[in-house]
Amino acid sequence: MTGHYGIAVIGAGPAGLSAAGRAAEHDAQDGEAGHILLEGAPHHANTIQRYQKGKHVMDEPGYLDLRSPIEFNAGTREAILDTWAEDIRATGINLQCGAEVTAIDGERGDFTLRCADGTEITADNVILAIGTQGNPRRLGVEGDDSAFVQYQLDDPDEYADEDIVVVGAGDAAIENALGLARQNRVVIVNRRNEFSRAKQGNLDAVLAAINDRDLAFSCRYQSNVKGLQPPSAPGEPGAIVLDTPDGEEAIPCHRVIARLGSIPPRGFLERCGIELPNESPEALPELDEHYQSNVPGLYVIGALAGYPLIKQAMNQGHDVVEFIKGHDIKPVEHPLLQLKFGLLPYRADVDEILALYQQRVPMFARMNTLAFRELILESEIRYAVGDETAHEELRERRRTLRERRIAEIEQARADEDRRRSEAGKPPKPRRPVEEPDITKLLRAGDYVYRDGEYTNTFFTIVEGEVTLRSDNGPETRLTAGQFFGEMSLLSGRPRIGDAVVSADTILIETPRRTMVKLMAANAEVAEGIETVFLQRTLQQFFAPSVSYSALRDIARQVTTSRFNRGDTIYSEGDTGDRLYLIRSGTVALTSRRDGREIAVGHPQSGQTFGQMALMGDPVRRESAVAAVRTEVIEIEREEFLALLRKSPDSVPQLQAETTRQLQQASRMEAVPESSSVISFLLDQGLGEATDALVIDETLCIGCDNCEIACAETHDGVSRLNRKAGMRFAHVNLPIACRHCEQPHCMKECPPDAIHREPSGEVFIDDSCIGCGNCETNCPYDVIKMSYEPPKKPGLLQWLLMGRGPGPGEDPLAEPTEAAQEAGKKAVKCDACRDRPAGPACVQSCPTGAAVRLSPADFADLAERN
Amino acid sequence: MAASAGIYLSQDPALPPNGGSWQGYTLGGLGLALILWLAWLGIRKRQYRNNRGTLEGWASAHVYLGGIALPVAATLHGGFQFGLNVHTLAYALMAGVILSGLYGLYTYLRFPPLLVRNRGDQSMDERLAELDRIDKEALETASRCDESVHTAVHSALDRTAVGGGFRDQLFARDRSRVLLPGTGKREGRNVLVANRGQRAVVDYLAQRIPDTSKHGEAERLRELLYVFGRRAELLQRLRREISLQLRMKLWLAIHVPLTVALLAALTVHVVTVFFYW
Repeated sequence: MTGHYGIAVIGAGPAGLSAAGRAAEHDAQDGEAGHILLEGAPHHANTIQRYQKGKHVMDEPGYLDLRSPIEFNAGTREAILDTWAEDIRATGINLQCGAEVTAIDGERGDFTLRCADGTEITADNVILAIGTQGNPRRLGVEGDDSAFVQYQLDDPDEYADEDIVVVGAGDAAIENALGLARQNRVVIVNRRNEFSRAKQGNLDAVLAAINDRDLAFSCRYQSNVKGLQPPSAPGEPGAIVLDTPDGEEAIPCHRVIARLGSIPPRGFLERCGIELPNESPEALPELDEHYQSNVPGLYVIGALAGYPLIKQAMNQGHDVVEFIKGHDIKPVEHPLLQLKFGLLPYRADVDEILALYQQRVPMFARMNTLAFRELILESEIRYAVGDETAHEELRERRRTLRERRIAEIEQARADEDRRRSEAGKPPKPRRPVEEPDITKLLRAGDYVYRDGEYTNTFFTIVEGEVTLRSDNGPETRLTAGQFFGEMSLLSGRPRIGDAVVSADTILIETPRRTMVKLMAANAEVAEGIETVFLQRTLQQFFAPSVSYSALRDIARQVTTSRFNRGDTIYSEGDTGDRLYLIRSGTVALTSRRDGREIAVGHPQSGQTFGQMALMGDPVRRESAVAAVRTEVIEIEREEFLALLRKSPDSVPQLQAETTRQLQQASRMEAVPESSSVISFLLDQGLGEATDALVIDETLCIGCDNCEIACAETHDGVSRLNRKAGMRFAHVNLPIACRHCEQPHCMKECPPDAIHREPSGEVFIDDSCIGCGNCETNCPYDVIKMSYEPPKKPGLLQWLLMGRGPGPGEDPLAEPTEAAQEAGKKAVKCDACRDRPAGPACVQSCPTGAAVRLSPADFADLAERN
Repeated sequence: MAASAGIYLSQDPALPPNGGSWQGYTLGGLGLALILWLAWLGIRKRQYRNNRGTLEGWASAHVYLGGIALPVAATLHGGFQFGLNVHTLAYALMAGVILSGLYGLYTYLRFPPLLVRNRGDQSMDERLAELDRIDKEALETASRCDESVHTAVHSALDRTAVGGGFRDQLFARDRSRVLLPGTGKREGRNVLVANRGQRAVVDYLAQRIPDTSKHGEAERLRELLYVFGRRAELLQRLRREISLQLRMKLWLAIHVPLTVALLAALTVHVVTVFFYW
């Protein structure tokens, strides 16, 4: 195998195959043999060959079209490999298997590729499409190289009746775990609290398995591997030690399968002369918009370029060959971006705008171009216009763009269906055309968000100015390159203060999901956001009159700690040297009086506690225990004093707050009965509630009108259960949604059907697919799966003629066939977000027993009576 | 009230106070409007989609207008003339409705705090679950005891009565029974005796304890004794809860039918007054 080629593609995975296929098409047109595809393994698509038998391969992301001479549709591993084998033959790809490239030298026009067998070829351009699969990431604990741990699973059916722990939350981990669960007992360990990296289908399947009570399949969320206890003798079980939110847990098992993804082959890349941006083992090469690395003529596509999805990799394969051939074509997602930028006052092309924005925002500047493109695809662009006529014109233009886009999609669909019918294929089943995502218009002076709103998107300013206003402290003006909204993004709390947009301002609004993914993948971005979050938090609490940027050094000194429910933060009698600011969660403060624990306070996110230690009384007079999973910012004496030096005028305010807390504590201490009611509420997890239904039993006459009203205003299904509520003293805590500060149900909703109103109500929309995740994830059992009940006769018909079951949920109702067909859907309290009179349960209570409260109202409730 | 009294006193002193004067018609109209509005609560409380006002507000107005304003207006309208006729019948029905309503008000104010105390931080479901659990415990322990103890425990569980007929529920009567070995004339036979408050079985167990010789039997009997003590308490609370709940609903069974009757009588009253007076 020798010779000289115009294009040498290394790696016959989806990206490489697609590139080689496109190159082969060009060769066939030009009548030359100008390409070669080198693959180290004995066959094409090695990663997919090693998938489990019959594995279903998916074609995410759905919004993207495929652009490649090689066909690819979602299907089984076998079907896809067969199609590709056929396409390799049909397109005439010059595939050389078993040719492992060990070195690449030279640059455009003069590359030398050396193979493991000693042969050499030369090429004008090289496309590196080797992926990252050859290099699995290890567990990083002692014993992770023993036979107890496997990083690859070829056939799950090889094992039967074993206890197996699968570590990882990606697609490979999920698929292995599900495959193994057919014959084994499986525990899957997820470092985070959701499977955010997984593809849709896998996400659904794994959650279904976790929810399936007949399957020996469970998950440990928010757990890290702490150690391994390999088996003492072959055949004996060993154990894996996890660090879970409930403490350390050793799970006995026969084997551990770690699927933590793979990391780029750094050594090889460096030998090829490719520079990597940082020391991180996960660092990917930096590429220009044509996928070209710093070595001219050396292109990188696919997973190694940061794109692990098959369809994207294949599109890149096609496009990169076009670039090499000198055709400056636009990527498939180009029209989507064009619409997003459609109304902006630029005469620039999408790529230029992207480059400009990346330059402008320091945080994004060092992101991979392609990752940034992806971020913009998932974000919204908002444009504030000052002039009313200009605004009107843009609205008109928006309508035109929208209609044109919809017409284009319909035309393309019609064309494709015609081609398919000519080729004798049936038309594709399609969803209705989605609303095109065009630049969102604002007027100068509009609120981007308001104080107290429960939104959590993240905003980046690329042009213009945004003013942040809050009740205490001066206005903060932010200009191009700066970001805001990180407080709600990180803490899950409502917005603090208003954000007002000026004329000619352009914002990128990124959804929480995308930001969380980005922060997980990019430590630099995570750190940048975290630092600004701390600066602004410190500014807000301790130095409102100082600009937040002046607090940078102090922000770097403070630490953030996490506590699981029940963890002690400090104990009564300890000597304290720091105060705490709650970032998320609630802390129960208790003090011992005459041998019993008395609740003396329950500070929530956004409040401080323990400040007395820095204000003259170093001995802790109470114990602090996390009432729910809690994150706190710890501020030590030195930083505290530095803050006060910068802003001496905030001392009285701080003192006033401390006085208020002490007064509350003394009130609670004096009445141990009401203190025990508060302890009960906190024990029931109400510390994380924002809007909980509580019934005062001294007033409740048991008429159940609250439940009936709920059913009557919510399609016949009550979302609250009064009788089953937990009771303590005069308080009944019915089973009803508390609209948690960080809703457990909202994580892992596959269709993203659970939302939060800016006013705080958490609700499920019609796109619910009935997977039952939210029901499983809710620690308070307030979500139920239910068929849509049949229609009932009206009130007067019941009242006068006795027709129908009467008001309220009908326990005997049989779902109609249509309802059964549609399946059960998740239903929960939405706090009657659409009702002008507020929650029906409260409005319909004849005695005023039913009330809705947040933790701030607990003291009042406890003192009733 | 003051307005009603004023209107009443403004009547021509020449004629006896009567529903037929303009003052009488005014007071009668007022009373009729009040009655219709008060009865409308039955509809209003079921209009769950209605966004106007809270039900608490409606209920409060219902109490004040129905308990104070209506009797004044209606009594003055009648001018203290009573007889054996449909008009007085309407008045009597109204009085019945108001009195039953006042009793209802009393139950609503008095019983919820009693229920809270009776509940002792346990919901009905939790209490039933505990009962179920200790019953199983009792059976399990009893199965390791002497045959006669086993029979007694078994029958005590089997023949425990909660609820029952209307009066049993209302007065929280305990009609539990138990089969115990007979004494005296009935020696050697099991007899069915009343087991109110689980007293009979508790006494029986307590008597057996000093009398046991089998190893471990005393301990098991002590255990059973505890279980039946706890059972008695749980059952009593259950009966009391049922009774209180029933009392809070019962008055409505008088209040509502009387209201319907009142409306019928009132219709007759109005029709006769206008057509036959």
